[in-house]
Amino acid sequence: MGVNDMISTFEVVRNEQRCIQCRVCETQCANLVHYYHPDTGLMMSDESKCVNCQRCVALCPTRALKIMKNRCRMRENANWSQDTILEIYKQADSGAVLLSSMGNPNPLPVYWDRILINASQVTNPPIDPLREPMETRVYLGRKPEQISRKEDGSLDTKLAPQLQLSLPVMFSAMSYGSISYNAHASLARAATELGIYYNTGEGGLHQDFYRYGAHTIIQVASGRFGVHKDYLEAGAAVEIKMGQGAKPGIGGHLPGTKIVGDVSRTRMIPEGTDAISPAPHHDIYSIEDLRQLVYSLKEATEYKKPIIVKVAAVHNIAAIASGIARSGADIIAIDGFRGGTGAAPTRIRDNVGIPIELALAAVDTRLREEGIRNRVSLVVGGSIRSASDVVKAIALGADACYVATAAVLALGCHLCRTCQTGKCNWGIATQRPDLVKRLNPDVGSERLVNLMNAWKHEIKELLGGMGINSIEALRGNRLMLRGVGMTEKELEILGIAHAGE
Amino acid sequence: MKPEGQVRIPSGCAISAMISKNGERMSGEKIIESMKPMHDRSNGLGGGFAAYGIYPEHKDYYALHIFFDSRAARMECETFMNEKLDIAKSERIPTRIIAEITDEPLIWRYFVLPRRFALQNSQLDEREYILRLVMTINTKLDGCFVFSSGKNMGSFKAVGFPEDVGRFYRLEEYEGYCWTAHGRYPTNTPGWWGGAHPFTLLDYSIVHNGEISSYDANRRFIEMFGYKCTLQTDTEVITYIMDYLLRRQGLTLEEAAHVVAAPFWSTISRKDEAAKEQLTYLRTVFPSLLITGPFSIVLGFNGGLMALNDRLKLRSMVVGHKEDLVFIASEEAAIRVMEPDAEDIYAPVGGEPVIVRVKEGAF
Amino acid sequence: MQVSKMKRVYVNEQWCLGCHLCEYNCAFANSGKPDMAVALKGKIIYPRIRVEQDGQITYAVNCRHCTDPICVKSCIAGAISKDADGVVRIDQEKCVGCMTCVLVCPYGAVAPNENGVMQKCELCLQNSCGEPACVKGCPNRAIVYEERG
Repeated sequence: MGVNDMISTFEVVRNEQRCIQCRVCETQCANLVHYYHPDTGLMMSDESKCVNCQRCVALCPTRALKIMKNRCRMRENANWSQDTILEIYKQADSGAVLLSSMGNPNPLPVYWDRILINASQVTNPPIDPLREPMETRVYLGRKPEQISRKEDGSLDTKLAPQLQLSLPVMFSAMSYGSISYNAHASLARAATELGIYYNTGEGGLHQDFYRYGAHTIIQVASGRFGVHKDYLEAGAAVEIKMGQGAKPGIGGHLPGTKIVGDVSRTRMIPEGTDAISPAPHHDIYSIEDLRQLVYSLKEATEYKKPIIVKVAAVHNIAAIASGIARSGADIIAIDGFRGGTGAAPTRIRDNVGIPIELALAAVDTRLREEGIRNRVSLVVGGSIRSASDVVKAIALGADACYVATAAVLALGCHLCRTCQTGKCNWGIATQRPDLVKRLNPDVGSERLVNLMNAWKHEIKELLGGMGINSIEALRGNRLMLRGVGMTEKELEILGIAHAGE
Repeated sequence: MKPEGQVRIPSGCAISAMISKNGERMSGEKIIESMKPMHDRSNGLGGGFAAYGIYPEHKDYYALHIFFDSRAARMECETFMNEKLDIAKSERIPTRIIAEITDEPLIWRYFVLPRRFALQNSQLDEREYILRLVMTINTKLDGCFVFSSGKNMGSFKAVGFPEDVGRFYRLEEYEGYCWTAHGRYPTNTPGWWGGAHPFTLLDYSIVHNGEISSYDANRRFIEMFGYKCTLQTDTEVITYIMDYLLRRQGLTLEEAAHVVAAPFWSTISRKDEAAKEQLTYLRTVFPSLLITGPFSIVLGFNGGLMALNDRLKLRSMVVGHKEDLVFIASEEAAIRVMEPDAEDIYAPVGGEPVIVRVKEGAF
Repeated sequence: MQVSKMKRVYVNEQWCLGCHLCEYNCAFANSGKPDMAVALKGKIIYPRIRVEQDGQITYAVNCRHCTDPICVKSCIAGAISKDADGVVRIDQEKCVGCMTCVLVCPYGAVAPNENGVMQKCELCLQNSCGEPACVKGCPNRAIVYEERG
């Protein structure tokens, strides 16, 4: 036992009066925290292994369990927090880079929470979505600069390929491998039922899911895992992943332990080998190279599918987006620094990138200043947590939002942020068959559909309050937003006025 | 308090219009009278008129109506215009001194054409040339505001009740085949002459009643194409949208109406295949030009007008007829004043444009 | 009594996690007690649904409410009947505890309670739960209550 092991982060509190020794906590904990002691007839726990995933708490039929922050604390120190100290111990033990999962948990500003939405009073009527039509459909893709007509004078309706969404939200990229077969099945089925899209991530597309292709965005990332002709043709759109909000500037690393069976086959790499995506695409060292890849993919898909370029929100995102808009891409996806991940170096996740709100506002403003906003659609992600976040993002200028953390939460994730261990007790971020089966896609897809339908209702309510009856009239409508508690500079970048102005 | 133009001011309104399909010219008397029964729809902080066919003797020239804050502003503006334009005639617009209208700026009109070489060098077509010049005067020259710039038409507006504005400008002395009128009810402004309606751009004029909720979405989109929304009013942005759709994109009036007051997707799904395809195309290509929230507008142009309600019909608007005359107003009472025997009075469905064209060659 | 169309409890082996919660929910639902901890604390439970387990494969089993139930025919006391709603029920007052039903049931769905009286799943229709407690409490929707063709 080293210095590191002496401090458990969590404490398992079991109410002995309520515990009936059904042992469900024991069978459900992949971390082997709980065990039954036959001599005393009591349930025991090794809390040092606990990650606070809440699986045991959720399933305990008598509500006998609580997982608490360990009351045993090191001496308080405002500079050296216990978490910081434990990280030092961990690195002193291992000599390794710290790994983390899911989004940046640190108390950095969440601008969504400092933006307020308008409503109609007197001069203009609010609209009741229960009584009047309220439209949430959007089309993503390049719009023509000039209409053209056929010989008979009617409009030539041929358009660059578009994605039709029933509401401006899509499930963002999570690879098969980083998440389970059943998680993918849930996303694919829900996206199909909802009339939106899910994203394969960089791990290829499992053969079973080709039938959901009309609602699938397939991803091409720097590792090119699982990319082949049928794959490119299987989806409704192709996304080039240049970066990810949780880890801008680095690639990915799926450990060999997760490259088993179908994951290995789908990624087209041998079982047990680590799947390492390089930091850059080695055929893209500059913007002109991106253009070549965009057009290679367009050629390969016969110009029938929109090409999305996904980038992490970094300091000069506006200029980058402008370059992408001119590269032939149809859609730009921007991922903010609070976005989730199945595994990222902690230091990068917590310190690299910028907030999506500022990135979005800067990009939308820049593309409009250059008169090229209409050439591309903008999709933003990186911690869109609710319908009001969606509404604020659209009003700032996004065409649609990507959600992933919200989606896995709907699937049961409790944000314990230990995806990298592969022992997800909720059957999401794991490849262990006994754990994967814990996510029944019948349940998962239903919950995703419920979540999105709930958001859709809320979006309609918010739109109606503003006197708007179509999401299209909200896009870029920054007058509908006001800031609270922000500096002049923040307001300037967001392009919104302060509340009261 | 910020002056109008630097802050967005919601306002309610009254509108009225009359047009002769035969192109018969009528004095401004009736349209002024039509605003009286709708007096309470305005609050005295803005009224105005647009008239078509009023300058037959200068019909080939762009008629620029300009407010100047001072003589110095006028001199500066005239110097600027002289570089760019041939000015055929310049004069004060005749007004009548009445107690109800005060604090008037200097109000002038100029009949102009682009200077030939300046136009050639600009590589623009004539209309675009004039449009940019107007934008430049309105945004760059302090104390100057061009409030009318079409050929053989003009707008006349002021702070005051519309019936007083009509008398102030002596509109009974003009004759036009089409008149539109507007009374304004802004909610929090001392009123500014330039902020009154109609808003015009070349020969397009818009009178509008309502407060659109899509304003900033529309504004930020249209500003990509060289338009500058200096007034922050609905009317201004709607005028620019119409100019963009009709003149720049070459859409028909009906198509433009289906962009700004797009049929609901559920309505489109019930149309025949050809209509479905065209309507879906327009909504897909111009989503940011959908106008939501209440509005009734009358778009005037050389040779006709189009009246349009928002797709939920959140503002009143009625249409009536008498022989070759067509009347449009916020209230039937206004139509009855213009023509007591008006027939076929009806309220058009939200989103369905009412388009009236003057017989070819009659204007 | 021939009732084939009825809602039954079915188990999807693919989604059964072997967590045994169905057993506890069943025991609680039939305990007549208001609180599970009070009902089951320190007790050996006699659930009417049992999770069969072999390695990774787990599967909960309970009464199939057979169209032509062999247990009804075998009961020497006339204690088991198939009612008009299709549910096979045991009249525990009549049961003599001979265990013939236990022997004949091909699913192993009948078993004695703590007093040696036979009991089996009666779909929670008569107890405080009102609907099958195993279905309601299954965390992975592995147990469903539905009508199948």
